[in-house]
Amino acid sequence: MSDTPQVMAHKDPLEGRAAFSFLRAMGAVVWKDLAAELRSRELLSSMLVFALLVILIFNFALELDARERANVTSGVLWVTFTFAGTLGLNRSMAIEKDRGCLDGLLLAPVDRSAIYFGKTLGNLIFMLLVEIIVLPIYSVLYNTNLFLPGLLLVILLGSVGYVAVGTLLASMAVQTRTRDILLPILLFPVVIPVVIASVKGSGGYLQGIPFDEIMPWINLLIVYDVIFTAVAFMVFDYVVEE
Amino acid sequence: MIEVRRLVKRFGLKAVLRGLEFHVEPGEFVALLGPNGAGKTTFLRILASLSRPTLGEVRIAGYRLPAQAGAVRRRLGVVSHLPLLYGDLTAEENLQFYGRMYGINDLAMRIEEVLNLVGLWPRRRDLVRTFSRGMQQRLAIGRAVLHDPDVMLFDEPHTGLDQDASSMLDNVLGEVAARGRTVVMTSHDLSRAADLASRFDVLSRGVITASVKREEIDTRDLLAFYRQAVNGGTA
Repeated sequence: MSDTPQVMAHKDPLEGRAAFSFLRAMGAVVWKDLAAELRSRELLSSMLVFALLVILIFNFALELDARERANVTSGVLWVTFTFAGTLGLNRSMAIEKDRGCLDGLLLAPVDRSAIYFGKTLGNLIFMLLVEIIVLPIYSVLYNTNLFLPGLLLVILLGSVGYVAVGTLLASMAVQTRTRDILLPILLFPVVIPVVIASVKGSGGYLQGIPFDEIMPWINLLIVYDVIFTAVAFMVFDYVVEE
Repeated sequence: MIEVRRLVKRFGLKAVLRGLEFHVEPGEFVALLGPNGAGKTTFLRILASLSRPTLGEVRIAGYRLPAQAGAVRRRLGVVSHLPLLYGDLTAEENLQFYGRMYGINDLAMRIEEVLNLVGLWPRRRDLVRTFSRGMQQRLAIGRAVLHDPDVMLFDEPHTGLDQDASSMLDNVLGEVAARGRTVVMTSHDLSRAADLASRFDVLSRGVITASVKREEIDTRDLLAFYRQAVNGGTA
């Protein structure tokens, strides 16, 4: 077997279509996640039931007057979103691990960061859907108006940061036997800046604090989202490969 | 078509592949035989660009791994003992998804062709989780040939199949190989390998210890050949 001919490596003729193939693959992953979830409803239902239970428990546990409600609402909301989000992230990657589907994705001739962005976008859609359902229910239960444009912006930015990091870490955790417990242990220390900025920003809007004082938290969220999305883009390939 | 030189793969301190040399000509069907823990799956995962080699050189169709993994993946179809399919999607939707990932033109026509090849066209609208193990494995072959790859890698494709399902799978494997593709298949089952392969290589303790072509051996002697190779003999 040592006398085999030397083969020169050559250039792939399809390399130039990278941008188109990136977007096509990303769209395919999002479509696949939405189509599978539409059938099973496992991910959304578990996230939603958990989120509703949390806000219900807090509603009965905390006897609050109007001023205190404004103070604790942002904390209760973000506890709900982050824990429900962890359930969704775990489930989303577990689906890929079942039947070896993650390998199927990695075998596709596309930039692997397209898979990451597809999964992230899918997870973000699920998280936003849960938030869209939780917010009005929370408003009714706590008699608090949550439909403030600034607050909704903070929730969007916080969710993007949370899901960007969460999807990356979930793809690491899913390779291990203890994935269900490993993800929160890995994730929560890394998303502390997002959670703090989101709680402070949301609380600021609910308490009617001047915009100047809220702005630094929004800036922190934007910077975090950009940095961690870029980091995930660069390292995803190494995270998923043996 | 496949060139592997001095391939080493370590997991921590443990070396699974130890300077493996491997060469496959276009159109060959190589059965890679070996005991559990010999490194067959690790080797196939490196060829499939799912795992990085620690040392050594791997080229498929002239493209280097891992540097030109994208070009290799376009020319590669992989079937493992797991089907790599989504249970909550139908057979057709699974192939639509993979077809989009591979950028296949005329996808609807290609899906029909592939589902007919693996005998699942009448079940195209059924969810994959309702399929038997044998049907899932046939659809997995359909997924793997969807983009018409030059090289096929089969990692223990018969695992968990009953006799009927295995025979049906053999027919599909034979048909796939008959289209001039280069195939590498790992297997524990010497009789199935004997039916399909044109060459038999034995991987033991991280290296190829023996290699023989079908015309050079009576397949009834395959077990003796295998035992000798595993127990330290040479080709």
